[in-house]
Parts: sequence; structure tokens; C-alpha cells
Amino acid sequence: MTMTVHVDIVSAEKEIFSGSAEMVFAPAEMGEVGITPRHAPLISKLKPGEVRLKTADNEEHHFYVSGGLIEVQPHMVIILADTAIRAKDIDEAAALNAKVKAEEALEDKSGKMDYGQAQAQLAQAIMQLKMLDKLRKRGG
Amino acid sequence: MAVGKEVRTKIGSIKNTQKITRAMEMVAASKMRKTKDRMQATRPYSKKIGRIIKHLAQANPEYKHPYLIARDVKRVGIIVVSSDRGLCGGLNSNLFRKTLTHLMQWDKANIDVDVCTIGSKAFGFFSNLKVNLVGQVSKLGDTPHLKDIVGVIKIMLDAYEAGRIDQLYVVSNEFVNTMTQRPTVEQLLPVVACELDENLSGHWDYIYEPDAKEVLDHLLTRFIESKVYQGLVENNACEQAARMVAMKSASDNAGNLIGELQLIYNKARQAAITQEISEIVAGAAAV
Repeated sequence: MTMTVHVDIVSAEKEIFSGSAEMVFAPAEMGEVGITPRHAPLISKLKPGEVRLKTADNEEHHFYVSGGLIEVQPHMVIILADTAIRAKDIDEAAALNAKVKAEEALEDKSGKMDYGQAQAQLAQAIMQLKMLDKLRKRGG
Repeated sequence: MAVGKEVRTKIGSIKNTQKITRAMEMVAASKMRKTKDRMQATRPYSKKIGRIIKHLAQANPEYKHPYLIARDVKRVGIIVVSSDRGLCGGLNSNLFRKTLTHLMQWDKANIDVDVCTIGSKAFGFFSNLKVNLVGQVSKLGDTPHLKDIVGVIKIMLDAYEAGRIDQLYVVSNEFVNTMTQRPTVEQLLPVVACELDENLSGHWDYIYEPDAKEVLDHLLTRFIESKVYQGLVENNACEQAARMVAMKSASDNAGNLIGELQLIYNKARQAAITQEISEIVAGAAAV
């Protein structure tokens, strides 16, 4: 019987693959690695690329990962895949975007923000009317 | 014969409202199933990443990443996760109330707060308060992606690394079951998941590529991101569940209202008929 290693491929959004394989190929940062059962413990970052699995019944599975991390233990391989291509400048652009959005929305007093204020004013007006009604009843 | 026309129109309008709330209830119910699945799908990742971090922290006692070191707290950052839309009962207001109690505690202790919001309800709420809002993202829809929230997390992580904030929290709703959603405040930084409770047998270490420090950096960032993402999808499931329950009770209330109005209408109709008959009888007797 051939030896197999348990492989889990997961991303933050969902589980992509879980099962056993004879051999796993992954695009590690220092070059592609091929992992067979009883490999020494290893942790490596992954480059965007293809992860290939060869299962016991000689089937091949292909998965595209856009970076991530691979953890290898003698009987287990875990691939933590990123869900999108990540780079420092892309992340920074996203951060800037979130900040600008907040500032813009804070500046922007029209549209949706007005709606919330209008609601508050409406509630106040209703309270005042109720108060007036009460006073009128007492007076009349 | 125009008896109780007002009552009849009122019944009609309430029936229309009931149709809408019933439709929303059913939509929310089907969406809840999907969002619950999505919530469960995120669990393996954070479980596995947590385990690796534990292991790494144990294998490298000499290297202390800033995310793992507790500092004196002078300023904290919070990421508030809310829904984009309303009509989901007290879900968001409970969350904000919980946040406010924390804000007040920090205020008492003279700790400043930076706020990042995810979801337009949280933004609407916190923009009216006097808090330092440093970032926001909203309108993520029913299937949020991790890359949508990377920006706000990056702002907070940068602030933490630069020493502008000393702690980071995420505030979101926890999905207990369909009827119960619990607002929770969870500490993200410094990472507390690394309590060395797990006794790993044997002394062996990984081969690191490129090196341990870089791998740990990478992992910790991903860990924080997955935590916030998990909060987001969980909050989504909470939103749908809360909406379903709120709409169900709205439909039930509309049903009760219709019943009462129907009774009033029937009574008025009967009174009108009785009156007409007695008029006719009285008229016939007079002849």
C-alpha cells in the first residue's frame, strides 16, 4: 500500500480541499517544493501559483492559490491560502481607501447622513407636538 | 351601503404591510441558511492558523513579535462590525450600547479611542459621536470578501506597530442561535490566543523558509484578518437571523391588528343592518 499524507487546503473564506494525497507540489517562495509523506516539518510562505496533489488512486487535483503559507508535518500538510493576491502596496492602497472613504463620508452632509438627522428631528418634532397637545388639553 | 369604509381601507393597508414583512421574513430565512454556512466555512482556517501560531511562539521563545507583547494602555483601537441595513430588531442598537459602555470605561480611565467601522449603520452611529473615526468600509453585501476589509485592518495594524494604539478590539455580534445574538468585544492585539496551554510533545522545530521571523509576521497578520473576517460573516448571519425574527413578530402583530379591526368592522356592519331593519319595520308600522 502506498503511503499518503493528509492534506488540508483552507482559505479564510472557505475550506477548499481536505483529503489524503501521495504527493503535494506547492509554489513555495524559495522555489517549488514537492512533499511526500514523512517529510520533515517545514513552514514556508507561498507564491501565487498552482498547488498540485496526487492522490492514492493516481488522480491529480489542481488548485490555484494567490499566495499564502504551507505547513508540513510528517503526516499532515496544511495550506493556508490567501483569497486574493496580496502585496504591500495593494494593502496600503486599501488602507488609504478606507481612510479616505471615512473622511469623505464625514464631510458629506448630504444624502444618507441627512436622512439620519432628519429622522432625529422628526422624532423631536413629534415629541413637541405631543407636549403641545397635552398642554392644550389641560388648558381647554 | 358604505359601512366602515375607513376601517376597510385600514385593514387593506395593514394586509399589504403584512405581505411585505412576510416576504422579508422568508428572504431572511433563506439568506440566514447561506450566511450560516459561510460562517462555518471560515472556522477551519482560523483554527489551523491559531495552532501554528501557538506552536511557533513556543518554538521561538527568543523572538518576541510586537503583536505578542502587552504594553501600557494609553490609547486603544476598536473595529466595530455592524450591518448595512436596518429592520433587524435591536441587533445594531444592542451592539452600539455595548460599545458605548466600553467607550465610557475607557473615557474614565483617560484612554483615547480610535474607531474603524465596517457597515454603514456603525458609521452612521459613530460619525454623530465625538470619537476619532479613522477608517470605514461599508456596502459589502451578503458575500463579503476578505480583501474588502483589509484596508481598515491595515490602518489599525499600522497604528499598533507605530505605537499610536496599544490595544485593538473588535466589536461584533456573536451568533448563539437563531433567537439569540450576543454583542461581544474581543481583544485582537496583543494576541491572547498564544497562551501556552497546549503541551506539544517532543522538541522539534520547523524548517523555515525564508526565516522564522518573516513567517511569524505573515501569520500574525493573517490571523488578525481572519478574526475580523470571522466577526464580519458571523455578524451577517446574526443580521439575517435577527431580521427573520423581527419580521416574524411584525407579521404576527399585523395579523392581530387585522383581527381586531375586522371585529370592529363586523360590529359596525351589523349595527347598520339592524338599524336599517328597525327603520323599515318602524316605517311599515306607521303606515
